[in-house]
Amino acid sequence: MENKTFTISVYSENNVGLLNRISGIFLKRHINILSLNVSESEIESVSRFIIVVNTTEKWVQNIVGQIEKQIEVIKAFYHVDEETIFLENALFKIESSLLFDEKQIQNIIKESHSEIVTVAREFFVISKSGQRAEIESLYEKLKPFGIMQFVRSGRISVSKERMQISTLLEELKQEPV
Amino acid sequence: MGTTKISGAEAVIKCLLEEGVDLVYGYPGGAIMPVYDELYKFKDQLHHVLVRHEQGATHAAQGYARATGKVGVAIATSGPGATNLVTGIADAQIDSTPMICITGQVGKHLLGSDAFQETDIIGISTPVTKWNYQITEASEIPDIIAKAFYIARSGRPGPVLIDITKNAQFDEIEFSYKKCTSIRSYNPKPILNLEKVAAAAELINKAKKPFILFGQGVILSEAEAELKALVEKSGIPAAWTILGLSALPTDHPLNVGMLGMHGNYGPNVLTNECDVLIALGMRFDDRVTGNLATYAKQAKVIHFEIDPAEVDKNVKTTVAVLADLKESLTALLPLIDNNTHESWHNEFKEKYEIELEAVINDELQPKKEGISMGETIEMINKHSKGDAIMVSDVGQHQMFACRYAKFNSTKSNVTSGGLGTMGFALPAAIGAKMGMPDREVVAIIGDGGFQMTIQELGTIFQTKVPVKIVVLNNEFLGMVRQWQQLFFDKRYASTEMINPNFIAIAEGYYIKAKKVTKREDLDAAVAEMMASKESYFLEVMVEKENNVFPMIPTGASVSDIRLS
Repeated sequence: MENKTFTISVYSENNVGLLNRISGIFLKRHINILSLNVSESEIESVSRFIIVVNTTEKWVQNIVGQIEKQIEVIKAFYHVDEETIFLENALFKIESSLLFDEKQIQNIIKESHSEIVTVAREFFVISKSGQRAEIESLYEKLKPFGIMQFVRSGRISVSKERMQISTLLEELKQEPV
Repeated sequence: MGTTKISGAEAVIKCLLEEGVDLVYGYPGGAIMPVYDELYKFKDQLHHVLVRHEQGATHAAQGYARATGKVGVAIATSGPGATNLVTGIADAQIDSTPMICITGQVGKHLLGSDAFQETDIIGISTPVTKWNYQITEASEIPDIIAKAFYIARSGRPGPVLIDITKNAQFDEIEFSYKKCTSIRSYNPKPILNLEKVAAAAELINKAKKPFILFGQGVILSEAEAELKALVEKSGIPAAWTILGLSALPTDHPLNVGMLGMHGNYGPNVLTNECDVLIALGMRFDDRVTGNLATYAKQAKVIHFEIDPAEVDKNVKTTVAVLADLKESLTALLPLIDNNTHESWHNEFKEKYEIELEAVINDELQPKKEGISMGETIEMINKHSKGDAIMVSDVGQHQMFACRYAKFNSTKSNVTSGGLGTMGFALPAAIGAKMGMPDREVVAIIGDGGFQMTIQELGTIFQTKVPVKIVVLNNEFLGMVRQWQQLFFDKRYASTEMINPNFIAIAEGYYIKAKKVTKREDLDAAVAEMMASKESYFLEVMVEKENNVFPMIPTGASVSDIRLS
């Protein structure tokens, strides 16, 4: 079975220790997490994990089964890239003088549909949302001028198909644990 | 609803009493002292057994849980007390045993300060618990302990660890207790899909060579009667995993024996000849399946299972019936046709004859001078009449015990299956006997495993719990030695044991003890042990280099099981 990129979505209670419990499932199977994002979800008091891994479908089924088995996990799903809308966010910190000395930087910013989020005397910060390839392309273009700091977020993603999570919770209608 | 305030520690005891607990195993220490102070006050209602090492508390709690079906409870202090629980917790996790561990923890204000006996037991125990939680406020105690019991015993059972900071034990709360009956993010029992049951029934009724494999799920869901009814109505031969052993009486004519690495010849070989494989509450462990690439490929597989994560994990199913086994078998039974499958059954009998000739006769009536482990188990059968609970440790003697023990009733075989924990049996036997005081409990232990938890002889002496201890002494770590002989050209690296005088040690604990070295003394010695009203230690010197056969070498197919 070939390796593919899978996005695992986990809806869970927002409890201390659950991240450790979930990451341990990957650790036990010697599977590297490519990206991890935890945030609130569309349901009040319910957290959503977005975990990206590169592995076989058999393993991702096994992992999702084990994740779902955790007491505080409400539901877990996995998708391939075609089944989701996904992006990442990146910040580039660059020396302010370059904005005036190297005119093409302004063009790069415009063409890449990124935005300047702050400009200070010493540095300015560009924010870019998009897929990995777009961010990497921007990185390559800015690299020759010198990047003071670079950071990229984990993947965030929504599925194209409905995930039956809200109805599931409505059926249960209970207080969070 | 009480209006007077009680301490968190007292609340812990009251929660245990509310859950019907009357027996706990443990070991005191600084961070759990407030709870021990309450145990002292409540000693008439809640009996605490002082073990000699915290690992012993977990195994005793496991033995209690496995023999009774109830939740076992172990208590320890923070730091080393807590870390000493880990082996037993891991064992309970992989063998689906309901257990609650309560650990003390340093005060909340000291968390993360590397205080004396502070350890992150939540972090450490996370991968080996069904659930764990750190209580830092006394007010959390009733709800969290209620949840702990619900989680430990519901669905596929497992161990839960509750860590309680010292301040939460001292602080006072108004106590009221409500049992937990549901958790919104937790679905312990999948709803039975009757269409799947019908599909399973159709496959079973059409099958020419159906074969039932049953595991501990039968015992955990108390579906023994349903299993027996299914087997008898359908006439389907049934074989067991070692955790399923005793769910169907061993002398039942349709019980064809043990699966897996050291299981019976027929059940292994015929796994690859059946047309429908019906798995009941078992998880296709690698010790059962051998090489998965050549496992039952010809068969349609029906998996009755409560844990969705087990379905298609190792073996691809044709039909999966996800539910509590008692419910699904109850629904299945009326749909099953009466049958006898005589010629198919004869194939098992033929294979059994081959094994009898090649392995079993030699084991039970050995020609060698030395006593065999198998004949010792057979001798215990003779005197127990199949009514005893047998608690085995891990290694060769365990395989002999499981292969040859006779059981008339369920919850009679207590052994460490998934984790293979040497040292399990002695403390587990204590728990089994305390849980089932009217039954005879015999621990079968090797000379290696015995020395891993030998200190629990002290618990036996102090509590006067009348367990029978049989050490099968071959002066080797026998199972590893067997592998060294077969696969490492007899290089016996660190497997020979120079043993102490076990009789003197047992007698040092004032336990009646006897050593048998000759076959002619075995019968009388076992008879004396079984007749003893007190605990009894029997050391049997057995043939040093005997091997357990049949055997499926690692990575081999069940079809390639070796008889020698």
